[in-house]
Amino acid sequence: MAMIDSLGPESKTPLPRSNGELVFEEPWESRAFGMAAALADQGVFDWTDFQHGLIAAIAEYEKDHDSIETPYRYYERWFATLESLVVNNGLLSKQDIDSLTEDFCKRPHGHDHHHDHDHGHTH
Amino acid sequence: MTELPRSEDYPSPQIRVEALEALLVERGLVDPNVLDGFINRYVNDVGPMNGAKVVAKAWVDDDYRKRLLADGTEACKELGFGGPQGEHIVVVENTPEMHNMVVCTLCSCYPWPLLGLPPNWYKDPAYRARSVREPRALLKEMGLDLPDSVEITVWDSSAENRYFILPMRPEGTEGLSEDELAKLVSRDAMVGVAQVTAG
Repeated sequence: MAMIDSLGPESKTPLPRSNGELVFEEPWESRAFGMAAALADQGVFDWTDFQHGLIAAIAEYEKDHDSIETPYRYYERWFATLESLVVNNGLLSKQDIDSLTEDFCKRPHGHDHHHDHDHGHTH
Repeated sequence: MTELPRSEDYPSPQIRVEALEALLVERGLVDPNVLDGFINRYVNDVGPMNGAKVVAKAWVDDDYRKRLLADGTEACKELGFGGPQGEHIVVVENTPEMHNMVVCTLCSCYPWPLLGLPPNWYKDPAYRARSVREPRALLKEMGLDLPDSVEITVWDSSAENRYFILPMRPEGTEGLSEDELAKLVSRDAMVGVAQVTAG
């Protein structure tokens, strides 16, 4: 079943946030959400595989982090799951993603990202 | 040569997300229209108002209520609410003696077609752990102070069973229409961390 069709026009309601808050805190979260949904919808991977990956990613993270000291960012786990699945299924190589990320990081302006951290950090 | 944005101190994976999307689109693995369609739907169209309509109908139509409790997925489809994360919906009904609440202890399973995407607190480790360990204290902190005489059942949602709470209809709403009733029903009541009040 095509997921996007099955949502159907009937599901349109005018007040989605009337008793909720914003669904995404940052725009990238919505892109990460949309990519996973679209890949599953197009049959590129199975939603169940994504879900199992997400459960594992969350469990792994929580084993090492105290949520009181470290703010929990759900969509980071979501994105890590997405990226692993894309790489493990052979859709893209990690090198390709690394390389384009690096190119994007070098863009002179139009982005508020500051690449001034001391990386090489492990935990 | 710096490490790429995978470490914990990186402010946000925004650029890496952007790179992944660019590659998936360039290779034809993702149709950007489908991607945008999903985002628009869950930001603008699908939300707790869907679930509220299901609840209001169950309150005014006892046959529908029975169908809803017997097969949540099918009964929600009757109102046009189906789709991803809408499979295996199990509806549990609150009563004066029994309060039900929902958690997903492992991740974030949630009935998207009825409630949209889950709020942050639902996905938070604190909610996921404490709802099981000390539901009464947690509910109290969230503003729902239940008398000790009310039993609490916590339902752990998964891909196999996505729980949805049918809250109690508040007193003093006998004269309201189905549409008016739907407006009273909050998302939190359908997750079981609040009750519906007459407004």
